[in-house]
Amino acid sequence: MVISELTRGQIADEITKYPLKRGALLPALHWVHAELGHVTHECAAELGEIFGIRPVEVMEVVSFYNMFYDSPQPRHHVRVCTNLPCSLRGARTLLSRLESHLGVKAGEVTPDGRVGLGHEECLGACAYAPMMRVDDVYYEDLDFEAATRILDSLD
Amino acid sequence: MLKVPYVTSYLTEHFGDDAFGTIEGYEAKGGYRAARRAITQMSPDEVVELVKESGLQGRGGAGFPTGMKWSFMPKETDGPKYLVCNADESEPGSFKDRILMERAPHLVIEGMLIAAWAIGASKSFIYVRGEYAYPAKQMMRAVQEAYDRGLLGRRLMHSDFNHDIVIQRGAGAYICGEETGLLESLEGKKGQPRKKPPFPAQFGAFGRPSTVNNVETFAHVPHIVSKGTDWFRSFGTEQSPGTTVFGVSGHVLRPGLFELPLGTPLQEIVFDHAGGPPEGRRVKGVIPGGMSMPILPAHQLDVPMANEFLRERKTMLGTGGVMVMDDTTCMVRVGELVSYFFRDESCGQCTQCREGTGWLHQILRRLERGAGAPDDLDILLDVAGSMEGQTICAFADAAAWPVQGLIRHFRSDFEEHIRQRKCPFPESFEL
Ligand SMILES: Cc1cc2nc3c(=O)[nH]c(=O)nc-3n(C[C@H](O)[C@H](O)[C@H](O)COP(=O)(O)O)c2cc1C
Ligand code: SF4
Ligand code: FES
Repeated sequence: MVISELTRGQIADEITKYPLKRGALLPALHWVHAELGHVTHECAAELGEIFGIRPVEVMEVVSFYNMFYDSPQPRHHVRVCTNLPCSLRGARTLLSRLESHLGVKAGEVTPDGRVGLGHEECLGACAYAPMMRVDDVYYEDLDFEAATRILDSLD
Repeated sequence: MLKVPYVTSYLTEHFGDDAFGTIEGYEAKGGYRAARRAITQMSPDEVVELVKESGLQGRGGAGFPTGMKWSFMPKETDGPKYLVCNADESEPGSFKDRILMERAPHLVIEGMLIAAWAIGASKSFIYVRGEYAYPAKQMMRAVQEAYDRGLLGRRLMHSDFNHDIVIQRGAGAYICGEETGLLESLEGKKGQPRKKPPFPAQFGAFGRPSTVNNVETFAHVPHIVSKGTDWFRSFGTEQSPGTTVFGVSGHVLRPGLFELPLGTPLQEIVFDHAGGPPEGRRVKGVIPGGMSMPILPAHQLDVPMANEFLRERKTMLGTGGVMVMDDTTCMVRVGELVSYFFRDESCGQCTQCREGTGWLHQILRRLERGAGAPDDLDILLDVAGSMEGQTICAFADAAAWPVQGLIRHFRSDFEEHIRQRKCPFPESFEL
């Protein structure tokens, strides 16, 4: 069993909130990601069992959404928003300087698996650009110095 | 940084006060009195009529009249009806729903309670975009506070009305903002929009009659109930009453939120409120309502920001996300960026959308790099035209319109790229 009892409890709790069991699949996937970081085949099989659907149906959902993963992830996701309002305020320049700083290109992970650098579409912080999302946290009104300070402090 | 609008009105006046986000602070400002009044003193029909009379239009993008939408809900049903709050806010240039949830979660909840009473919904779902971890947390805390006060749950406010609110987090897909894509996602599926009809009022969440409204739409409702339709109509225009929360971004000195009456001239928002472009620069174009809405050139900024006026200029209010571009900006580059976004986010169900967004991006990319051919503009317009009104959802229109708008108003930018075989705007933002 890869999904712990604790997470199963959370999922069971989510299921009670929905008129149909399957409604709790996204919440369940969030809980699973919080525990395991990504969805393996065993994990999909276990979720399939809980929800009474086939594992491939679970994986279809996983692959549709950007925030769900089917492979191991870096310790931290760092994403610079590069949509129009952020780009107008220097987001692309910031991203390329962060690429040099970390020695990886956007879309890549540092060799130690610490940081995955990437770009993202509008995150709803357009007036506070440039900005980046580090895991679940927004950092706004950034310049290169502030951004590198944040990156360097990540474990 | 505290995200308080630079200009406030009835929705945002208490945003500077942290306590307003808590139930004590919200009630101290008169919070939940409107819901109490609606639920204990008004019939559901009276509430629907009131909101109809107020003229409130949805703030989620399409501007559909809210009271009318509520009146589409079947009255007698032999099962549950649902209310859905669209908090997926992913339209580039839009960030008002996020700040509303962060600073005034109880205002949103109170609006939902009134709506739920009006349509007879026993349960609501708030679908918060996945990246909005903090706003989702704020909403969850506020919902819990409301339960603890007996404002949600069984026999709430000592009435016979029962209502539950469930918060679901999305997981990163723009298309889940489209209401039927959202409903699919809520049901634990891929967020692919449904064919309509049937509309959500007949066949919504979990196959039950449902109403979907935007976060900001709900936030107006308690004010309408407590202060009345005449008061509400004293803001805005005859056809578009009330204020809205404009989010201004891009090349301005004071980017941020501004709550202003609908019908405020765009130039007033851009120059007087947001401070205009940096010294020595001129405004070149402004996208008035989020990325899906066609751009306006500098000489059209006199337009009042309400749909009846914006439509005459072939654009719309959308989400009120105002993006300002100064004269360094290359409009072909803007086109490339915009089309990249839509290509990336198409859910792929409809051929015109899946293929069309790909073509638009490919051609714009080629043009921007100086490798465009003279007939590329015709091809672009042809592809964009073939995407309009042909698909399951309005995403394809939203992808076609901005490109049409850019060519309509900035044709010479495109032609120069072709003639000079390179981008003539060396100072434009990087791609
Ligand atoms: C591609 C697409 C994306 C949308 N995204 C959102 C969104 O993020 N938030 C939102 O409230 N409405 C969004 N809408 C509009 C919704 O479909 C729906 O009209 C709206 O939630 C209704 O609320 P309202 O009547 O209160 O405006 C989107 C529509 C389309 C076609
Ligand atoms: S128009 Fe595009 S986004 Fe909408 S359903 Fe069709 S393919 Fe999906
Ligand atoms: S464009 Fe970057 S947050 Fe909106």
